[in-house]
Amino acid sequence: MPYRTDIAYLYDGSFEGLLCCVYESYYQKELPSMIFNYEEAQETLFPVKEIVTDRTAAKKVEYSIGQSISKGALRLVRLCYFSHMAEREVTILNFLRMGYKIGPRVTNMLAHDTVRAITKTAQNVASESHFYKEFLRFSEYNGVLVAIIEPKNFVLPMTSPHFCDRFPSEQFLIYDKTHKVAFVYQNGEKRLIPLEGFELPEADAEEKQYRALWKRFYNTIAIEGRSNPKLRMGNMPKRYWAHMTEFME
Amino acid sequence: MDILEKLTILTDAAKYDVACTSSGVDRKGAPGSIGNAAACGICHSFSADGRCIALLKVLMSNACVYDCSYCVNRKSNDVPRATFEPRELAELMIQFYRRNYIEGLFLSSAVVRNPDYTCEQMIEVLSLIRNTYRFRGYIHVKAIPGADDKLLTALGLLADRMSVNLELPSHDSLKLLAPDKSRESILVPMGRIKTGIHENRTDLAKYRNTPRFVPAGQSTQMIVGATPETDYQIINLSAALYKKYELKRVFYSAYMPVMTGRNLPSLDTKPQLLREHRLYQADWLLRFYQFDATELLDEKNPNFNPLIDPKCNWALNHYDFFPVEVNTAPYETLLRVPGLGVIGAKKIIRARRMGSLDFPDLKKMGVVLKRAQYFITCRGKTALGLPSNPEAVLRGLLSEQGAALAQPPMEQFSLFDHTDSTKEDLVKCLTGQI
Repeated sequence: MPYRTDIAYLYDGSFEGLLCCVYESYYQKELPSMIFNYEEAQETLFPVKEIVTDRTAAKKVEYSIGQSISKGALRLVRLCYFSHMAEREVTILNFLRMGYKIGPRVTNMLAHDTVRAITKTAQNVASESHFYKEFLRFSEYNGVLVAIIEPKNFVLPMTSPHFCDRFPSEQFLIYDKTHKVAFVYQNGEKRLIPLEGFELPEADAEEKQYRALWKRFYNTIAIEGRSNPKLRMGNMPKRYWAHMTEFME
Repeated sequence: MDILEKLTILTDAAKYDVACTSSGVDRKGAPGSIGNAAACGICHSFSADGRCIALLKVLMSNACVYDCSYCVNRKSNDVPRATFEPRELAELMIQFYRRNYIEGLFLSSAVVRNPDYTCEQMIEVLSLIRNTYRFRGYIHVKAIPGADDKLLTALGLLADRMSVNLELPSHDSLKLLAPDKSRESILVPMGRIKTGIHENRTDLAKYRNTPRFVPAGQSTQMIVGATPETDYQIINLSAALYKKYELKRVFYSAYMPVMTGRNLPSLDTKPQLLREHRLYQADWLLRFYQFDATELLDEKNPNFNPLIDPKCNWALNHYDFFPVEVNTAPYETLLRVPGLGVIGAKKIIRARRMGSLDFPDLKKMGVVLKRAQYFITCRGKTALGLPSNPEAVLRGLLSEQGAALAQPPMEQFSLFDHTDSTKEDLVKCLTGQI
């Protein structure tokens, strides 16, 4: 029996929800043309099927990806899920269907369009996560470290463990302006909190002094005779500058 | 003197040191401490000259007792002097680190009083950072030549990387510009660090809790363009340093004229940035591409071609090695193809297990073909319309439009043999013979 393709899936936007879409697709023999979540609900002519997130089904799918495809494939899928790629859900579903058929070697098929899209997107998310390990800047307010980031992808799940490992005794907050989510680390506890808006408060004298010191260091360390703005821009794209201390006012 | 002024003076004095990597050691964070280190290294910013800023790079002090003619900090030079208090520097560094400005500390110093005293001061800073602040991040420290062995060891146990600057690539140049330094005074501490690392490795095998000595290895730096050495000499020296002293990195720094001196190049000398770039490219070929220094240059061609990179240069001189068949060539051979890097070669190896590859496949995989296309075949075929002699390939590599210009210009077919009139024809015309 051919798979039914004239259908769209609506899920709750969580990773588990997406895995349940995969589950549904297999057990109902359906190949949805669109998968979207409540937040980005779109007009479609196809009948929309609501997928209820079921933790057991999600666990099953997650386990099977690791077993039948590979741990690497699971990593790719997870990274893609956090990306801002258009139609990422359908691409992930197609990739997983290929993977179940071909097995662990699917991640080597770099010239295949779906695999290429997945690897490229995962690479993009991974590198943006790394950029934020580098270019994120904390400011201190009464002993609490606060930073604002504006990433294209949802990088907090990849970036925050790095800072938790680095500053185990600190309290800090990283606010993702794009996705309107704050990551809070306090006394070893980690939380993601939806937060509509957030601005950095006025800095106190000590914080201002460290900012001035850092700016001075930044400007002094450059060698005038070697000035190379293009190289700097290549290494540190300008969209990161907005929230970096060295470029503040 | 306030700390802002101190920082300015001591940063300005340290900025010509090139090394600012934070790589080579993996260390997880621990409860009750601050910091961790990642083997890949993390840059935190890039200065206006495009170089990475990973570490707080400062001198402990610039009040030097020596009088080296090439150095800004020489005793007889009239510059503002400053010295960090150990506690002040440690606090500054930790505060920068907390704000994620930096990945760690790069500490060097002018010689204050004597080498031993300087070394002791540096040890004090480092032990404050490591033991009082319980910092587990990255520290790069300069070994002070002439300091006692025990002090050197103590310094190495607190740092991740240690370096001794070679400064100038030959004995004669050193004699000319840095008469107080001898080749031995540089190579001896370098050898000490190497043996230290070796002994530490055997100790670590025996006792798990041995403190680690310079776990990220040692590096060095030399100035290019102040003295007459050729690229051939420099790259051979680097190869020897990698082999003999097991260095992790050799850094090259184009000479920046900042002062006048009897034996120094004049102030209007342009820094040889392109040459520095070529040296780095060659350095990568030595470390990651399994090239030998003697393959890249020889006594007859002692300098790199400024127009093309060392690998292309090698490929054009060994044109019979090519083309390389992408679908069958071993990894080592793929690495020799200009334009193919470690990542590209590994991608090809992975992807070709799943089926043979063609040029569009390579493009899709993200392999850059701009240079590689001249040197590879896919399923036995070269890319369409590409030249097959080294001169034309060179023309193609140099031109922006690449392949298009490497071909002979298009010609309109004509029924009649069309030949340009020659000089003789013109003469004949004029004399009325035609």
